[in-house]
Amino acid sequence: MQTLKLGLRIGGRELVAGLDWTVEAGQCWCVIGRNGAGKSTLLRTIAGLRAPDSGSVLLGGRVLSEWQLLALARERAYLPQGRNDAFGYRAIDTVLAARHPYQDDRYWDAETDYRIAHAAMRALDAGHLAERDVRTLSGGERQRVAIAAVLSQETPLLLLDEPASALDLAHQVGVMELLARLCRAEGKAVVLVSHDLNLSHSVASHALLLMGDGEWLAGPSAEVMTAPLLSRCLGYPIEAVQHGRRTIFIPAEEGEEKSND
Amino acid sequence: MLPAFHERRRAVSILTVLVAAAFCSILFACGIGSVSLSIPELFAALGEQLRGDSSSLAATLLELRLGRALSAFVTGATLALAGVMMQALLRNPLADPYVLGVSGGAAVGALSAMLFFSAAWLVDIAAFGGAMAVSFLLFLLAWRDLRGSAGDSNAPMLLLTGVIIASGCGALVTLMLSIAPDNRLRGMVFWLIGDLSATQARWLPWTVWLIALVFAVRVARAINVMALHAEAAATLGIRVNRLRQGLFLFSALLTASAVSTAGSIGFVGLIVPHACRFAWGPDHRLLLPAATLAGGTFLVLADTLARTVIAPQQLPVGVITALIGVPVFLLQLHQIHRK
Repeated sequence: MQTLKLGLRIGGRELVAGLDWTVEAGQCWCVIGRNGAGKSTLLRTIAGLRAPDSGSVLLGGRVLSEWQLLALARERAYLPQGRNDAFGYRAIDTVLAARHPYQDDRYWDAETDYRIAHAAMRALDAGHLAERDVRTLSGGERQRVAIAAVLSQETPLLLLDEPASALDLAHQVGVMELLARLCRAEGKAVVLVSHDLNLSHSVASHALLLMGDGEWLAGPSAEVMTAPLLSRCLGYPIEAVQHGRRTIFIPAEEGEEKSND
Repeated sequence: MLPAFHERRRAVSILTVLVAAAFCSILFACGIGSVSLSIPELFAALGEQLRGDSSSLAATLLELRLGRALSAFVTGATLALAGVMMQALLRNPLADPYVLGVSGGAAVGALSAMLFFSAAWLVDIAAFGGAMAVSFLLFLLAWRDLRGSAGDSNAPMLLLTGVIIASGCGALVTLMLSIAPDNRLRGMVFWLIGDLSATQARWLPWTVWLIALVFAVRVARAINVMALHAEAAATLGIRVNRLRQGLFLFSALLTASAVSTAGSIGFVGLIVPHACRFAWGPDHRLLLPAATLAGGTFLVLADTLARTVIAPQQLPVGVITALIGVPVFLLQLHQIHRK
């Protein structure tokens, strides 16, 4: 996936300008920025749900608008931020629906679809939720079922908008480990939006910082996810603390904030 | 053990039972009335009919009752199918085929034909024309919404436009009722409630229903994906705008066809899909054919009740469906909220 001189504007405000960005197989990108910096807009644009305001998005060397929707659906999966369930589908039905791009010639689901859907649900520790009405699931359970659906779409590129936001601590770590494994072992490419710097840092191989005024910074997470750059990106002083082999980002205390000013 | 096989078998058995129920209901409707016919008599009469000889009493009764039962079936099936489509389009399980004012347009057309021309054949055409005119107006006004550029909050624009048009039509209907001469008032009121007593068997409603059913079954899988994911269904390969336009056009056409056959019979398009969803789940691959068969059967039985309950006087069938529909709907609504 590649963007060329991509520009995004909302309500006359410039969010991203001239973004030249390449995501390759096996990379896990984390998009970081303040509220309203254009993270979700960027994700929706590269998912093809929104036309770029300037520049272009390419997948496999072809502009998104030249792709057939069904063929595109076999290349990338998208997890939107919120879900709104109007009908009482079973959880397994919502995961099976993600098999749609492979079922062109069939009316009913095949046994393979069920096998893939159940495996995806088990991978997210949601196997026991399969027969539940989606409207009765808790926020975190629903989120895991939604991620399972994205996995069973079996695409090389995953675009995830805040995949861990509603999850409890154990499942946050579990999902992130799963994503890291998918990148490493299966060579998938992942782009995720997250507000949890430490969680992102643990999984991301690369990071894209959106400053909110059109500026951006992309690179390997070791180079881009540093305290000064993150402080500038998020508009709040951030300190990096070494804990064993891990780097932990914490907001600076108020006294130090003044000294930074 | 094999879940996909199990699902398929379940769907096939449910649909088989529903087809059988539809035949039984029509048979029942043919047998019941001022003179009841036993099953052997019915088949003998049917034999006479097929030979083109309809001189006996049984054959005449059968001709009358069968024609009416078939009209009831196609009207109920059409309304239930329109209901499922409208609910999927608006992503609201409590939407009704009349909610967007299509039946209001039909009422304005039909009542003006009754008021100004009083030719029976013109009423149906005027009703159909009125319904299609309102649909066309809606399509123009909510065009941006149907093209899907409005984003995730896609239902309100279309829904609000429809509700306002419906209330405009309601005002015109009231105006016509208040200036109508007394001798035409009764017919107009019966039309508004929904009445099957004056219908003749025609091909048009069957054609519309069959074409719409074929369309519905072809897009059933896509409807599921859209019902689940709204606009994000595009990332699963669904052409959301095309699907929404198709659903809108077909549900408008179905509603127009049903309303011009039998007036605005309420609640069939609302409670039948809802009850089917309650019983068998929201999967549209099963729901669409199941609801349409159940809707037809339901209206055949309701109409049989309407013409027998205070015989020899006949009730408009819309009264029966409303009397059954209101408590059933409230019960279902209550159950949803208890969940």
